[in-house]
Amino acid sequence: MEQSWRRAKAAFAAIALPPLTWLLLFFLIPLAVIWAYSFGENTGPVTIDLTGTFANYLRAIEPIYLEIFWKSILIAGLTTMLCLVIGFPVALAIAFASPRTKTWLLMLIMLPFWTNLLIRTFALVAVLRENGYVNFALEWLWNNASWAMTLAGFQPLGEFEPLKLLYNNAAVVVGLVYVHLPFMVLPLYSALDRMDRSLMEASLDLGAGHLRTILLVVVPLAAPGIASGVLITFIPALGAYLTPDLLGGTDSQMIANVIERQFKRANDWPFGAALSFLLMYLTFIAIAIQTTLQRRADRRGA
Amino acid sequence: MTDVAQNSLDAPALRPDARGKDNVIIRFESITKRFGNLPAVDNVTLDVREGEFFALLGPSGCGKTTLLRMLAGFETPTEGRILIDGKDIANLPPNRRPVNMVFQSYAVFPHMKVTDNIAYGLKMDGVSGNEIRRRVDEALELVKLGGLGERMPDQLSGGQRQRVALARALVKRPRVLLLDEPLSALDAKLRDQMRSELTSLQKKVGITFIMVTHDQDEALAIATRCAVMNRGMLAQVATPSDLYEFPNSQFVADFVGRVNMFEGVLEKDEQDEAVVRCADFSAPVYLDHGVTGARGTTVWVALRPEKIEMHKRAEGQTPFKMEDAPQGANVTPGIIREIVYLGSETNYEVELEGGRRVKTFRSNLTRYDQEDFTHNEPVWLAWHACSPAVLLS
Repeated sequence: MEQSWRRAKAAFAAIALPPLTWLLLFFLIPLAVIWAYSFGENTGPVTIDLTGTFANYLRAIEPIYLEIFWKSILIAGLTTMLCLVIGFPVALAIAFASPRTKTWLLMLIMLPFWTNLLIRTFALVAVLRENGYVNFALEWLWNNASWAMTLAGFQPLGEFEPLKLLYNNAAVVVGLVYVHLPFMVLPLYSALDRMDRSLMEASLDLGAGHLRTILLVVVPLAAPGIASGVLITFIPALGAYLTPDLLGGTDSQMIANVIERQFKRANDWPFGAALSFLLMYLTFIAIAIQTTLQRRADRRGA
Repeated sequence: MTDVAQNSLDAPALRPDARGKDNVIIRFESITKRFGNLPAVDNVTLDVREGEFFALLGPSGCGKTTLLRMLAGFETPTEGRILIDGKDIANLPPNRRPVNMVFQSYAVFPHMKVTDNIAYGLKMDGVSGNEIRRRVDEALELVKLGGLGERMPDQLSGGQRQRVALARALVKRPRVLLLDEPLSALDAKLRDQMRSELTSLQKKVGITFIMVTHDQDEALAIATRCAVMNRGMLAQVATPSDLYEFPNSQFVADFVGRVNMFEGVLEKDEQDEAVVRCADFSAPVYLDHGVTGARGTTVWVALRPEKIEMHKRAEGQTPFKMEDAPQGANVTPGIIREIVYLGSETNYEVELEGGRRVKTFRSNLTRYDQEDFTHNEPVWLAWHACSPAVLLS
């Protein structure tokens, strides 16, 4: 195969050229332009001088922005962790379901992808807001409990105070977990589904219960799947824009919201560009860490 | 032996098993397992005695692996009971059963080094660290893996991985060791070596072994007793030599070893003599023993290739009939149609007068033996009157 590809250079070029051109024109060049902007200065409303200054980067690592970076990492990290904790049992259940059920469960996991993110997020608003479904349910429970207490001869509970579930950091995390759960479940499922069942049976046979089998055999062997699930969840969560914008409060901005403000309202493209590239470098670091861990695991023969 | 005699499929113990003690360690009682409506195991009643190297033998899909997995606890019987040391184990999960398994794929944990693999079961039982170290070393020596304890499984050959799986199971000192097709993944040379090692290992540790295999050579070579299974049911339970020499059905005769099978009708059946008339022979087949069947019953005469002698027959010589053969022998004429030279022996296919072909072979006792017979050579085929097995089903 390889040989014939090499010989048919023209055919190879004909196939590879269009996508390469596309990538160059619409991805690499714009990216390079933004990268160049990050070393520039605003000299007018729409003009940017590329002066080679590092001022934008120096400004980006001022405490106020570092704090937002740090907070974005924390929120994305928490989201990833919750996705892992919720997603692992789900993935395990799907992997062990009968072939028929498996198809249905996988479809349910992928169903949200077919709905627009904006719509899904607004749906979450409808669920969480003060006159939303969670509060409705709580109110119903509260009123019934109150009624039951009067029946039992106690004082009623008083007026129901709706919980403020929206426009805070918790709402952002809930929204991000909701959006990113499939990203975690799918790689976990594929790792667990591929696993040799006799390894788990061997563990049971040797005297381990189900919990110890999962902890000592399943989790270590699913490590590569867990790592890719973590990465594939963490990276988009780190750059999340819509969810913190719609569900977050004034103190819930993540770095993507700050970047958006620089490009639009503040009209400070060079600074926005610098922040963007810092975010990208963070992503690269995350990928590098994952690759290193993966390589170490491979060498160990997992 | 008394409680074993219940098992009607148990052939009469012609040869007392030297190693087997008489107490029953595993008892399958009317075990049935259905997947959906399909019975994988169909009303199997079977005893395994302490110290036996027992083989479950049968073609793929005969239910032998399902039976083993029910014993290990990975499948639940639809009907019937399984007893270990007289106790019903229905409610014991796999991790609490006094049996351990060597999996067909070995299932050695790839993320643990050899010693951790072997120590796994002991750790689960809460054995102390010193004790674990001592027993792991012992187990490594037992399976001849001394010095490889620090290796990871992917640094081991297939045969070595199997030894790890063996050590890992044996280190727990189970009442019964289960082996699922233990030799199927090894190459031919290693398989021969592992056969004898398994036998000596079993003698050394004195644990009852139950092995599942589809390879009749393997079962004959290793096991002290075999159960042949077909379509979920037991076909015959006997020692290897009884299976081979005294099969109870066409299925067993055909599955265990090579055989020439002739359909015929029982003409005479007395205490020490029987006669079967087969369409394939011009003369009836004489047997020097009775077969307990009514006259006129359809029977099958099973004749192993090595029990047929081949002699030269001069061209034009009057083919003498079996009736004329010396007392205690059957003789019939034929012509060699096929010769396959295998080195240690030569296989021949001989065409009888009626056109039926019979398999036989000769050991090449000298370096010129294979030159004795040529294609299309007329020969006599002769066999002793005690050699054929007469089968009623």
